[in-house]
Amino acid sequence: MIVELIPLALLGGVLGLDVVSFPQAMISRPLVAATLAGGLMGQAPSGMLIGAALELIALETLPFGASRYPEWGSASVVGGAIFATHPAHPAGAMTLGMLAALATTWIGGWTMVKLRQLNAVWAARWRDGLEAGSRGTVTTLQLTGMTADLARGVLLTGIAYSLLAPLANACIAVWSMDARLSRALVVTTAASVAGGAAWKLFHSTAGARWFFVGGLAIGLFVLFAQ
Amino acid sequence: MTTDAAVSPLVATPRLPFRTTAAIFVRLLAIQGAWNYEILLGNGIGFCIEPALRLLPTGVHSPEFKAALARESRYFNAHPYLASIAVGALARAELDGEPPARIERFRTALCGPLGSVGDRLVWAGWLPFCSLASLAIFGLGGSAFAVVAFFLITYNAGHLGLRIWGLRTGWKHGLRVASALGNPVLRRGPQQIGRLAALATGIAIPLALGRIIGPGRNLIGGVLVGVALGSLLLVRLRERFEGWRLSLIVLAVFVLLSVIR
Repeated sequence: MIVELIPLALLGGVLGLDVVSFPQAMISRPLVAATLAGGLMGQAPSGMLIGAALELIALETLPFGASRYPEWGSASVVGGAIFATHPAHPAGAMTLGMLAALATTWIGGWTMVKLRQLNAVWAARWRDGLEAGSRGTVTTLQLTGMTADLARGVLLTGIAYSLLAPLANACIAVWSMDARLSRALVVTTAASVAGGAAWKLFHSTAGARWFFVGGLAIGLFVLFAQ
Repeated sequence: MTTDAAVSPLVATPRLPFRTTAAIFVRLLAIQGAWNYEILLGNGIGFCIEPALRLLPTGVHSPEFKAALARESRYFNAHPYLASIAVGALARAELDGEPPARIERFRTALCGPLGSVGDRLVWAGWLPFCSLASLAIFGLGGSAFAVVAFFLITYNAGHLGLRIWGLRTGWKHGLRVASALGNPVLRRGPQQIGRLAALATGIAIPLALGRIIGPGRNLIGGVLVGVALGSLLLVRLRERFEGWRLSLIVLAVFVLLSVIR
């Protein structure tokens, strides 16, 4: 477990950093992050499968400035890695991977708030330097915040994976629900969130509902034609 | 480069040296590195402008440099990508020797528009569109590499393009940059991208859903009805309950039932 934990924690740190601090290139989106985690475990397609389900839920998250929102980067690494360690996709594996990711995203959002409060404490402590226009203080404050964010992601991913992966394995061993039903419930939940999020995003855009209906017709046609 | 050599061309033709532009651009990617609830993006703005301030004729140890850096590191709020407009404009204003009071008024006036335009264009438009288009490719059977590459390339073409455009535009117009906010992409972009994203939503959800379910396709009718009802419920709940929290509760209950039974 240690062998896989270190690279996963580092990946979680880098992706956690991407959420806000650097470079916000959206490598932290679940579709990317879970696929990368799956790839690290030798199962990129499995990572992508759970990443797509998580992405449907993440559509709802709009990272507006000071608002509080879940942190998907580190969380998707945890969920993607847990699901990818079960390449045969036994009943419950996706449900448990999703649950682990959602629990981690919740804690991750809380840690981001704490980090922002800590950044404020550092900014207040170094106020004299900032008001004096010290280059060193401005740069140090920026680099300290980024380093702390990286450490936050590494610790969060490492702790979450080392606690939740054994728990998920234990649950899969005694899972009683039908595999198809389990996955159908996950998909229904995730797609419902995506549907609600889409309405929230586009209902005020003129003509958007007709574009949606047209897209839905195309999507359903292709789905049943496949 | 001596300070005289650096400033003279600025007066004649407003051209920022390439190394300075590159340094500012790299720093723009880290503009939110010290984001906090006190000065928000303030320190990030100072951090990004600092390479340009080195071009001040008085040098980095002068009172002018320190006063400018202190001024630029105060409270500021904007969308992180569009903050590049502010960085370019403020760098130009500082190097042009604009009066400090005028720069401070400009900083205050710029916060609101750069925040709201960026939020609508990127967070509520471009990001969901790229995400949904990638999910549609996933639903059509795209490989892991194809899906991830499509998302990252498409999204970052817009992301990096916006930052580069913002920095150039801000630098070019200086304190008169407000006119650039009337750019058609910023004014009409959110509407157009919103429509495309709505189309992508309609296509992506059923296709992604079909691929994730996989072999259990005979459940698809029930799942589609469930999704319609679940979406309606979330629309009704709107601000009162976030979807990810509801998902967490639903899945936790389901796991408990599956494990206890």
